[in-house]
Amino acid sequence: MSGTFIGMPAFPQAARASVHDATLRGNLRHATHTIRGKREQAVAEVADWAELREAGKRIKDHVLRHLDRYLVQLEESVTAAGGVVHWAADAEEANRIVARLVKETGEREVVKVKSMATQEIGLNEALQAEGIRAYETDLAELIVQLGRDRPSHILVPAIHRNRGEIRDIFTREMGEWGRPAPEGLTDSPAELAEAARLHLREKFLRAKVGISGANFMVAETGTLVVVESEGNGRMCLTLPETLISVVGIEKTVPSWRDLEVFLQTLPRSSTAERMNPYTSMWTGTRDEDGPRAFHLVLLDNGRTDTLADEVGRQALRCIRCSACLNVCPVYERAGGHAYGSVYPGPIGAILSPQLRGTRSEIDASLPYASSLCGACYEVCPVAIDIPEVLVHLRERVVEGGPVIREGNKVVLRPAKGHAAERAAMRAARWALTRPGALRTAQRLASRTRRLRPRTLPGPGRAWSGTRDLPPVPPEPFRDWWQRTRGGKDEAK
Amino acid sequence: MSSRERILGRVRRALADVPGDDTPYEQAVPRGYLREHGERSTEETVELLAENLADYRALVHRTDAGGLAGTVAALLHRRGATSVVVPPGLDESWLAETDVRRVVDRAEQTPGELDRVDSVVTACAVAVAETGTIVLDGSPDQGRRRITLIPDHHICVVRVPGQVVSSVPQALERLDPVRPLTWISGPSATSDIELDRVEGVHGPRTLEVVLVTGLPSGTDGS
Ligand code: SF4
Repeated sequence: MSGTFIGMPAFPQAARASVHDATLRGNLRHATHTIRGKREQAVAEVADWAELREAGKRIKDHVLRHLDRYLVQLEESVTAAGGVVHWAADAEEANRIVARLVKETGEREVVKVKSMATQEIGLNEALQAEGIRAYETDLAELIVQLGRDRPSHILVPAIHRNRGEIRDIFTREMGEWGRPAPEGLTDSPAELAEAARLHLREKFLRAKVGISGANFMVAETGTLVVVESEGNGRMCLTLPETLISVVGIEKTVPSWRDLEVFLQTLPRSSTAERMNPYTSMWTGTRDEDGPRAFHLVLLDNGRTDTLADEVGRQALRCIRCSACLNVCPVYERAGGHAYGSVYPGPIGAILSPQLRGTRSEIDASLPYASSLCGACYEVCPVAIDIPEVLVHLRERVVEGGPVIREGNKVVLRPAKGHAAERAAMRAARWALTRPGALRTAQRLASRTRRLRPRTLPGPGRAWSGTRDLPPVPPEPFRDWWQRTRGGKDEAK
Repeated sequence: MSSRERILGRVRRALADVPGDDTPYEQAVPRGYLREHGERSTEETVELLAENLADYRALVHRTDAGGLAGTVAALLHRRGATSVVVPPGLDESWLAETDVRRVVDRAEQTPGELDRVDSVVTACAVAVAETGTIVLDGSPDQGRRRITLIPDHHICVVRVPGQVVSSVPQALERLDPVRPLTWISGPSATSDIELDRVEGVHGPRTLEVVLVTGLPSGTDGS
């Protein structure tokens, strides 16, 4: 997997750097807690949540257990509907295929709707090396791209930029990339968003090639599904002449009907919405509506290795809702970057080491980035037992043993000198033994609640959406508890 | 060996533990979840749709067959629209009371042309009460996907109660996967600038939904 951040420090060091950043921590805490509360409401609205969760789990398990058959069926359906299917064993091959397809159109620029899969394979960088400019079209990604910057955070990628800086970046850089910012642009968010709308619109209107991922692929019908909020996804999926979708093989579901489960569980788990603003579904190509050419690149890149592990394969059920991030005490303190991968939080802790192997220090330490509290399992809409997989992966790191890498059986040696266990001790120490710091962060979030938004950019854009969020409670739970002993001293 | 064969081979080896007589799909997935949530009369379902649409910041209007043309004309007028995109199969009578310039949805149209149009009026395929969602399926009265994406103002007419279902499962049953589908639940919003909410970065920033009674619910011309 080429999405590793080069020279990334192992989790504990990276995490320590993040926990010292008070702004990041305050924002993150606020973000995770508000979305968490709202999610609970959204889930409580449906009486059959447990049944939907069970059905989602079983659909994904079934598809994984017969993935060869469903992939062949998917390929047939997509082909019959006018699409072209490509198979990519690893990141490098996927990037090569996409670069070739773009070049064949004669174009040198593409519009992109952010997707975890294309981030995982480092597609933008690979295209750049081939002389192709990829324009990210999520607002936060635009701010980051124009600022020649890296996302500061997966949950709120541009949170390190204040509005004045964004205005300066827009005024200075937009002209370099396309339509310049309007004269006399102020720093009001509405004006800045309008500037971004106009700047990106020019790109959408002239774009000949669009690149996307997908949330689901239906084997039976060949239908692809993209769930989004801002509308840039619709632009990329509809306006270009050529559409290239890069999708992990585990995104397959057997039948059309299965969408009735995930279209209920995904928005509620992800952004705590009854439904996200826009969902697009398309099957191959359609005469005179949308792209004339559709390419589907099916991506392995470590997924079949993950599938070979009977305990670990459940990680492939993940529908990238991010609910597990929002409840995780370790993620909340460490931030997304500490995980050294595009997949942060509890799911990243079990997915990255499996997709990439546990040979690097960061990947060997990831299974320890957890207190095993189990909250992630409780909220997971496909019931992935993350703690179970974490323990399993820890054993593998410490004891070594046979695993599958790139389709071949290799035997891992036990981690030398229990480096991983030492890493674990450090990870646990900062996360769990700082009640003072925790209290401060909670109070901070409460005091500044008037400055807080009613909405939140969804985790990591591709995991993303926006809706109203409930306000931060005036008094943190912890203070309330200390004052009232859980309500015993206070009439309810 | 092609990558296709390589990947399928890896999948098969990875699944060596799965028995040949593994539980078939029909039995592997328990469908004990609900077809819809709660019991409602037809009127209550329409009411719920209106509530949930409004909750997601769509502007909801109600009228009957006789009042539809007047409502559409008033909405375009209030918006100050000077041009409106119209899908080829839209019932002409819906626009009978407005003289705003029509731009017919055509294959040759460029996105740039559509960008200069103020509004769009369409029908829909189905509306989902529980989630406040309207679904477009590209039928002749809804047009190509891009016409409801580029103009900044979308007026969508829902024939009630015929086009309204309660739930997502019921909506999927009515939809044809072969058609390009767009599920819309309110205008979009972003909070990427200092977490301040701004509505609709892309796509129409104003979504108006007209719930009209007394029209047959079949999709015209399809
Ligand atoms: S593992 Fe996390 S991101 Fe994936 S489906 Fe479960 S809760 Fe959502």
